[in-house]
Amino acid sequence: MAHDPHDHDHTHGHSHDHGHDHGHNHAPPQPDDKVHSYYQMLGIAIKELLIEKGVVGADEVRAAIEKRDSITPANGSKVIAKAWTDPEYKKRLLADGNKAIEELGFQMTTTHLVTVENKPGLHNVIVCTLCSCYPRDLLGLPPSWYKSREYRSRVVREPRAVLAEFGTILPNETEIRVHDSTADMRYLVLPMRPAGTEGMSADQLEKLITRDSMVGVAVANDPPRH
Amino acid sequence: MRGSHDMGGQPAGPIDVVAHDPTDWDKLIDGTFSALAAKGLTRADELRGVIESMGDAGQNLPYYERWCAGLMRIVLEKGFLTQDEIDARLAEIRLRSHAAGG
Repeated sequence: MAHDPHDHDHTHGHSHDHGHDHGHNHAPPQPDDKVHSYYQMLGIAIKELLIEKGVVGADEVRAAIEKRDSITPANGSKVIAKAWTDPEYKKRLLADGNKAIEELGFQMTTTHLVTVENKPGLHNVIVCTLCSCYPRDLLGLPPSWYKSREYRSRVVREPRAVLAEFGTILPNETEIRVHDSTADMRYLVLPMRPAGTEGMSADQLEKLITRDSMVGVAVANDPPRH
Repeated sequence: MRGSHDMGGQPAGPIDVVAHDPTDWDKLIDGTFSALAAKGLTRADELRGVIESMGDAGQNLPYYERWCAGLMRIVLEKGFLTQDEIDARLAEIRLRSHAAGG
């Protein structure tokens, strides 16, 4: 069937009480390796029942998935490239992220977008320590590491070491600011425009702007050498 | 007391920096929750709240399994579904997957 089990390893410690929700759950998962397939089935059961009972339409679930799939980091790259090439737009982006991205046809549905600007000597990185809040309306679904216990725990305490794990080595004198997102407020990093890109168009610049650079675990890519 | 979701600054191991793409099932969970939210039937805060209330049991689950557990709480608490309905459907799905050789 369509819903293949994940093939990733569970690196967390397994315990038998997974999914034993407190209270009214009298259908506990099977022990051990059955935990995974229990949730697979549970998710399918909930979706099917919600549709059959008319709580949501199948078309509405499909539309939500398609909308999610349509949002990719390229949307964010357009915003950043525009900010790099249009100083007035950059001011508007820093002043009111929601309004500024709407100019380009993007929309934060229920959250505020706050843009934090990298400058010489200052680097920003974003996290959500409490859950995994992410500017998903602009960048799409967060990468798996953003949601991990390791990233959430460590980036606020040792950002320099965490960035190094992503291959990003910043000068010691560069200040690193870590921004902790909330359910209502999502951050976007405005990376520094790389040197040697002066003659490049916004379209060309977009290709240098990676998801990781907008999260702040990396800097924007250098332009291709000729 | 510090909740188990409140992990900022806690010790933890190296980060798996490879971004694993969401599976179809991950998207199903995300889409089901998002469709409910789009109709105003739930919201991100609510999901976060029920997940936090699960403590370690929730935080130890993989991401969308955690969402799935939270989604179940929400649909039960709001009376959209009953536990009996879910149990019955789970039994059916088990039979289906056996019939399919799963």
